[in-house]
Amino acid sequence: MSTKSISEAALYAEDLHKSFGGIEVLKGVSLTAQKHDVISIIGSSGSGKSTFLRCMNLLEFPDAGKIRVHGEKLDLSQNSRGGRSKHVQQQIERIRSCLGMVFQSFNLWSHMSVLENVMLGPCSVLKRNRDEVEVQARALLDRVGMLEKCHMYPDNLSGGQKQRVAIARALAMDPDVMLFDEPTSALDPELVNEVLLVIRELAEEGRTMIMVTHEMRFARDVSSQVVYLHQGRIEEQGSPEQLFNNPRSEHLQRFLSSQY
Amino acid sequence: MFELLINYGPKLLDGAVMTLQLTFISVSIAGLLSLPLAILRRSKNILWQWPIRLYVSFFRGTPLLAQLFLVYYGSGQFRPELTELGLWWFFRDPYYCALLTFALNSTAYQLEILRGGLQAVPYGEVEAGVALGMPRRLLYQKIILPHTYRIAFPALGNEIILMLKGGAIASVITLLDVMGHTRRVFSQTFDISVYLWAALIYLVITTVFVLVWRLLERRLTRHMFYQRDIKRITPVEATSTKMEASNVN
Ligand SMILES: Nc1ncnc2c1ncn2[C@@H]1O[C@H](COP(=O)(O)OP(=O)(O)OP(=O)(O)O)[C@@H](O)[C@H]1O
Ligand SMILES: [Mg+2]
Repeated sequence: MSTKSISEAALYAEDLHKSFGGIEVLKGVSLTAQKHDVISIIGSSGSGKSTFLRCMNLLEFPDAGKIRVHGEKLDLSQNSRGGRSKHVQQQIERIRSCLGMVFQSFNLWSHMSVLENVMLGPCSVLKRNRDEVEVQARALLDRVGMLEKCHMYPDNLSGGQKQRVAIARALAMDPDVMLFDEPTSALDPELVNEVLLVIRELAEEGRTMIMVTHEMRFARDVSSQVVYLHQGRIEEQGSPEQLFNNPRSEHLQRFLSSQY
Repeated sequence: MFELLINYGPKLLDGAVMTLQLTFISVSIAGLLSLPLAILRRSKNILWQWPIRLYVSFFRGTPLLAQLFLVYYGSGQFRPELTELGLWWFFRDPYYCALLTFALNSTAYQLEILRGGLQAVPYGEVEAGVALGMPRRLLYQKIILPHTYRIAFPALGNEIILMLKGGAIASVITLLDVMGHTRRVFSQTFDISVYLWAALIYLVITTVFVLVWRLLERRLTRHMFYQRDIKRITPVEATSTKMEASNVN
């Protein structure tokens, strides 16, 4: 790949390695997300999808590899005790603030109302003006269809509603890339669609997104690229047509046939 | 019985003021000290962990009375040294000795309570803050501490009540709290009913405290109540007052 496309990529990861307690979960995974790409990561349980996604915003620290966000190289050096210098920590926090993460289990702040959940990031991390943030937060909540519930607390919402709020919360930071980790896996089947609909809209408006998903049909519809992860390695990657219609790897063929 | 109250009631009330003062000050000092210590206690650094562990096991594992004697009479053994250090004025005064002992003791308990609270903070919620790029300070301020204190709140209330009652042993080193005055009155009148009045004073204080604490707790945990009729109310204030009202019923 040319150096130009690397430095222009919204998110670039090269040869990421990660072990937990001596077991190598990521064995050198690379990925380039250009602006407006929608990349789906599929693979069986335990193949390292979440770990890979979490390495990209450094919720997990990769043991080796390179990460660039908008061409900016992340300093992954640690001192002997696993700590990081203040400067590095600040860079990491800044990078995280422009990568929006949506979790499988929503992780809304349960002691804050829906509106407060959406406003906290922009107000406290980006230090933006409260009134402006509130206007924007209400607009975002309106978009995901949660405006009339903006004073409710998360405990009183359904799973689908929580996830839509979580998406609004991530969007409020105006992130360059959205990361989704199985956003619909914790939902009852009848609630899945309301969340997928929101994500589909984001894809259509050209947001750069990387999502781990088990929704094969959805992945095929919205993705510009699909990545199949198997035992910590990328076994196959390409356009959705290519992967879903003509899977070459035997593992992927078996994986896909088990999905329907 | 009521005659006694007329003669000695004001004394008992003086004692109540002293009891409240001792409890309030020592528990507040402990409240300030316990949080940073609890956070350090959870750090992986053994340099912090072990001294705090030792401290906690000493103050939780020995009687409060023994601790009080150690500080009050023990410091007398070191009078020359303490005088030289300019600290004797502090240790010669039973009031300060009681405050110090109670504060240290309550810190140990509150520290353990907060440690449990910190441990029980839902990790996913912290991670959501990390993913947004929040620095440590913000994580604590906005997510970790609100959860910690909400979880620890009932246990902290309990600890304060225990301190209030345990504080009665201050009378043993001549302090005139409720118990101190009571013992004095009894030695003058040999009227056992004075102990009944003393018990009543403690009961009133703890009852009021429990009520206030419960009210505070309800405010802190209002997000956990089921919200009804929410659609008809929009402002946040209206929501919370409405909910409190409905909970009182
Ligand atoms: N913090 C951790 N400590 C130890 N092992 C871990 C940790 N996180 C993940 N693992 C292990 O790493 C492997 C890959 O986990 P990962 O969560 O990335 O899989 P996944 O592909 O997301 O699976 P799923 O589809 O079930 O979510 C698993 O075997 C898991 O047990
Ligand atoms: Mg996963």
